[in-house]
Parts: sequence; C-alpha cells; structure tokens
Amino acid sequence: MEGKQNMVKEQREDTGGSCGWEKTTDYREGEKGILEVQDVSAWYSGTLAIKHISMSIPAQAITAIIGPSGCGKSTFIRCLNRMHEVSHGGRVEGCILLDGRDIYARDIDPVAIRRRIGMVFQKPTPFPTMSIFDNVAAGLRLTRLWSRRWELEEVVERSLRQAALWDEVKDKLNQSGASLSGGQQQRLCIARALAVEPEIILLDEPCSALDPAATLKIEDLMRNLAEHYTLVIVTHNMQQAARVSDMAAFFLADSDRAGMLVECGKTSQLFTNPRDKRTEDYITGRFG
Amino acid sequence: MMTLERGYRRRRWLNRLMLALCGGAAGLAIIVLALILGYTLAHGISALSLDFLTQAARPVGEAGGGMRNEIIGTFILVLLGSALALPVGLMAGIFLAEFASPRVAAAVQFAADILAGVPSIVVGVFAYAILVRPMHSYSALSAGVALAIIMMPVVARTAEESLRLVPISMREAALALGITRWRSVVGVVVPGALTGIITGIMLAIARIAGETAPLIFTALGNNFSFQGILKPITALPLQIYRYAMSPYPEQNQQAWAGAFLLILLVLGISILVRWISGRKQV
Repeated sequence: MEGKQNMVKEQREDTGGSCGWEKTTDYREGEKGILEVQDVSAWYSGTLAIKHISMSIPAQAITAIIGPSGCGKSTFIRCLNRMHEVSHGGRVEGCILLDGRDIYARDIDPVAIRRRIGMVFQKPTPFPTMSIFDNVAAGLRLTRLWSRRWELEEVVERSLRQAALWDEVKDKLNQSGASLSGGQQQRLCIARALAVEPEIILLDEPCSALDPAATLKIEDLMRNLAEHYTLVIVTHNMQQAARVSDMAAFFLADSDRAGMLVECGKTSQLFTNPRDKRTEDYITGRFG
Repeated sequence: MMTLERGYRRRRWLNRLMLALCGGAAGLAIIVLALILGYTLAHGISALSLDFLTQAARPVGEAGGGMRNEIIGTFILVLLGSALALPVGLMAGIFLAEFASPRVAAAVQFAADILAGVPSIVVGVFAYAILVRPMHSYSALSAGVALAIIMMPVVARTAEESLRLVPISMREAALALGITRWRSVVGVVVPGALTGIITGIMLAIARIAGETAPLIFTALGNNFSFQGILKPITALPLQIYRYAMSPYPEQNQQAWAGAFLLILLVLGISILVRWISGRKQV
C-alpha cells in the first residue's frame, strides 16, 4: 500500500504535478475499476470540505471509508463519480484516475463517468412515479432513445437477481417502487445501479436507515458483488467496516474542519494494528 | 370567588361570540357563491335548454336560439391560448426550477409575477396594438395571443413550484445512473411533479375561460360559427356582455343562462383540479 502511494507520488513529480493521461499505476492486466485518488480537495462554495486526499482503491474489493460525522466521507465519495459538482457551489481539485485516466480531465463527460461509477445513497431513493420494473430499467430507458422490451426484461431480471431481490418482487414488478420496505427499496436502488453495468459502485451509508436484518442482507449482497465490482462504502459503523471491507480508510476533520485522510490500508491491519494514534483512538471508541 | 366566576362567564361568552363571527365569515363566502349560482340559475333557467347549447344565436324578435357558437368559440380560444402558452410556460417553469442560477431565477420570477398581475384589459390593448392593427382585422388568433399572455406566467410559476417540491435526492439518483440532466428532468422530475403541474394548467384554463376584457379588443365577437383563426370569433363572456347590455328581455335572459354556463364550466374545472390533486400526492 505504502509503496504504491509512493510510486504515485513519484509519478506526479515526474509530470510536474499535473495529472497525466497515461497510466500512472501498474495495475494488473484484466483488472478494471481501479481508482487512483491523487491530491483531491473539494469545496462547498468557498468552504473547504476535504483536503489533499490521496489513496488508491483496488479493483474487485470493498473499500470502506470510516470516520466520525462531518469528516468529509460523503463529500469524498461524491467526488469519485463527479456527483459533488452537482451540488450548488461544489468544486473539486486534484485528480482521480479511473483505470489510468483522469475522470476530471477537461474532455471527459461527467455523465459517462457516472455511467461507469454507480452510486447508492443513504436514504433509499426509488423513483416514486415508477413501478419496480421501471425503476430498474430507468437507467437504460433514460440513456437511450428506445429499448426493446425483451432486452429490458432480461436486464431487469438479471439486476434484481444480483441484488437478491428477484424472488421477493418477481410477482409484483408493476407495483410502485415506494410500496417496498426500506431494505427492499435499498436493494432496488442497488439493482437499479447494477442495471447500467457500472464497474464501480459507491455506497454512501447504505444501511444507516435500515434495521439490523436488512443491514445484514445488504452486507451479504455487497460481499457477493465484490467478486465482480469495485465497491466503495461510506459507513460510520465500524463493525460494519470490519465485517465487510477489504481495505479501509480513516477520515478525520482537521483543525480547520476540513476532512483529511489519516490512514488507509488493509482492513485487518487498520483495525488490529493502526499506524496512527488517532485511528487507534477512534476504533477503540475513545471518540467519534 | 364571585369575581372569578363572573370573569369566567364573560370569557366563555366572548369565546362563543368570536367563534360565531369566524363561522359566520366562513359561511358568508359560501353563501355568496350559492347566491351567485342561484341567482344566475333563477334568471337563466327559462332560457336553459338543449336548444341553448346546440343552436346558434337568432336575430332579435325570433324565439329560441342559443349559444352554440359562443361555446365553440370559447373552446377554440382556450385551445389557442393553451397551445401558445403551455409550451412556453412549461419550459419556462422547468428552466426556473432546474437550470436557472438563483439570480436569474429571481429576476425571471419577478417578471413573471408582474406579468401575471398586469390588468387583463392592458393585455387586450397590447394584443390589439401588435396584432389587430398590423393585420387590419380582429381575429381569434389575436385573442388567443392575449389569453396566452395571461396564462403563461401562471403556468410557469405553478410548474416551477411543483418541480421544486420534487426532492433533490430524486435528481441526484437519476444523475448517478449516468442520465443526462435533461433526460432526468423529463423522465424523473417532471413525472414526479405532474399532479401539481396539471393542477396549475387547469386553474390557468379556468382563469382565461372567463376573461372578457382582452376579447373586446381582439376577438370582437360575431354572429356566425367559427370562420378561421384570422377572423373575428365570439365567446361566452363576450356574448354575455353584449346580451346583458341589450334592451331586449329575451337576450337578457340568454345572458343569464350564458353566465350560469360559464360558472358551471369554471366550477367543473375547479372540481376536476381538486380531484386530480387529491388523487395522488407524490
């Protein structure tokens, strides 16, 4: 981990600090969905929210972002698929390489990035005017001029199965998405994100509005998804991070109230043998 | 003890008095509506018949005749006004709610509110100046434009307000799927606000259906059936105005019947609006 970061740093110095278009990491052949975050800072209309974050997010693994409230976890994850700039006054500096290409490069369309990097939000957000079927199909329908019905049916069934929701809803696909329970709604949102076949899925505290049983289901689901997708999950639940993630990054608000990365590494290492005193204090429950 | 008892009694009576006053005021509003409905019905009932709806107006002295042409005229004018105002109003509403920066939005909102407050006779004179004069003819088109000018800001503002009620999380959820801004507005946000938007449109239609002043300068009115949008056209409010001023009692009666019909029309739209907005809230 450390070596990798150093390498990235050297590369940045080589190119004079600017973000190159070329590969900057030696990612393995065939692996897709690697994110390389380089010196990212983000603002909300003049207020610095996170500063100088550099880390790499490995493919086909779950990376957990942990930290107390207000440390910029959500802001950070929203930078990863260019959702931060959607909010009023949102601004991002630095660069984020997706498989070696900067997603903030001038000629990159944020819409194309969001197609490859899906997102699931804290509160389940099924489209209330759409049926369960239409919710899952929305990503395809609204990015094309028209779609064949059988093609949509195929995608909807596949996505719902992947999200472990198919058996519960297969007989009521025409009902409103809002008629489902909270946990089902969240899995519906995951299915909706999967339907457009992203490489990476960002989950912003996906379980914080759910009960323990529903949480467990989502966690199981995440483990299964990690076999094919790169997952980044924001959570303030440390047990959850310890249970599901492979990598973990600990964020903390600095004295200027901007979030910064304290340390990141393998989850097992971060939880059992943290390098930083503040990480240790946080995971042992001394604050936060 | 005694004074407390008296004070309490006084307060109780005051309470009842205020309650009665408020109830009376509320009742008055309903009574006025009932009176208008009843009065127009009582005066117009003798002229109300199937013939009234299906026959054209007849010259003075001839019995019978109805307001078929006026009903058709009002329908055509509302259609014309809506066809002109809805695209502009809805697009403006979408722009205000979804795309305008706060400063631009504030300016446009202010302008729309002023436009909505312009007296309708001024709008009529304006349409007269820009269309009737250059074209040398009163026309259905110029009336449609005048009605559209009245309708547009109402539609824009109600559409904007309905769109703003759709939670930001819905927009973000759509964007996070890799959907473009425009498609997410059309596919997710507008459907979510549809009830409110339709309510606004219906209320705007009810408003322009009863407008009279702008029609005097533009539609002018005629005694014939529809003759094309570049020719004068008649409408319910216009005919009510003309018949009500007429010295002939039969025409006065027809004016009452027409007024009753117009009220029923607007009332019907209002009831429809209540039904739509009460049916499904998102």
